[in-house]
Amino acid sequence: MSFRILGTGHSVPSRIVTNDELSTFLDTSDEWISSRVGVRERRVCTTETAADLAYQAALNALEMSGTKPEELDMILCATISGDDASPSLACMAQGMLGATCPAMDINAACSGFIYMLDTAAGFFARGKVKKMLVIGAERTSRILDWNDRNTCVIFGDGAGAMVLGEGDGYLSSKLFAKGGDSVIKIPLFVGMSPFYDNETLEPYVHMNGQETFKFAVNAMCQDVPEVIEEAGLQQSDITWVIPHQANIRIIDAAKRKMDIPQERFCSNIDRYGNTSAASIPLLIDEMNREGKIKEGDYLALCSFGGGLSSAACVIRW
Amino acid sequence: MVFETIARNIADRLDCDVATITEETTFESLGIDSLDTVEMVMELEEELGFEIEMEGSLKTIGEFAEFVESKRP
Repeated sequence: MSFRILGTGHSVPSRIVTNDELSTFLDTSDEWISSRVGVRERRVCTTETAADLAYQAALNALEMSGTKPEELDMILCATISGDDASPSLACMAQGMLGATCPAMDINAACSGFIYMLDTAAGFFARGKVKKMLVIGAERTSRILDWNDRNTCVIFGDGAGAMVLGEGDGYLSSKLFAKGGDSVIKIPLFVGMSPFYDNETLEPYVHMNGQETFKFAVNAMCQDVPEVIEEAGLQQSDITWVIPHQANIRIIDAAKRKMDIPQERFCSNIDRYGNTSAASIPLLIDEMNREGKIKEGDYLALCSFGGGLSSAACVIRW
Repeated sequence: MVFETIARNIADRLDCDVATITEETTFESLGIDSLDTVEMVMELEEELGFEIEMEGSLKTIGEFAEFVESKRP
């Protein structure tokens, strides 16, 4: 017993920030960002909180699945840029929804959504839950250095959610970590302890883009074939590959090395940027609402990011 | 030797004559950006069998070859 997906939803802030707008206060251009990252515009919170995005995405997923908040047995939320260290984003969403079940956050950075699905599969396997809500929600704009043209142009805000029910749609998975902070580091706030003597970094995304690119392409090329094989499938059986939307160039480099037709690799990074743990459910919900995903389709999901961490899984829709 | 490998790799990638690539050729003149060079590094890692940790950006093919050579264990 694992789970099947009963409904999906997403939510993004209304404010669109184009590359041209960024180039009014950063030394960058639409041409540079489009060709190096694949982002044309992103959504950025103005008055919305991460909890607002999580809540709205959850409402949309609950509505599609025909589930009431009080039917939920557990709420998980994958995030690294929630509004508060506590309450967790999952607890905020639980309160806003009027649900009564336990709720907690999971941090595996951009790999968070798949780590969370794997965690959810464990609750189903133990028979602890019948319906679960999983949310990936990020307000990355809060943790960016908006003077750093190498990082702030990449990211965006958004949330995606799924309602899971009992089933056997989660076929295989791989979670991986290679701990260290030399490639990606996002420090928490500095604090004001008069006793702490270490040098502190600003609480923004610090990233070695080239090493991140290498890790991501290698992770994708290793993890995706592994989970497909573990599911007892051929690469050609996969209907859609849903990669974490980190950088279109990562996806382009990886897809050239796999035996899956290139048009099956999905992307919406051009409109949303990298929304970290929200990118996979956001993309899946868009495709689902466009009718692109049909019952029986095989989806290969993969993600990679801070930790360093990576994850992949195969889902039968 | 690394230079020849890199020049061949670039010639394949751009579908051009390998003889037109010299140590002084810049990546910019070939339209190769920093992420393309990372992809090339990954291919070189496979071919040469050692890890090449990326740091900073390099302008010419000659500088790039020297950098890769310096990473040889």
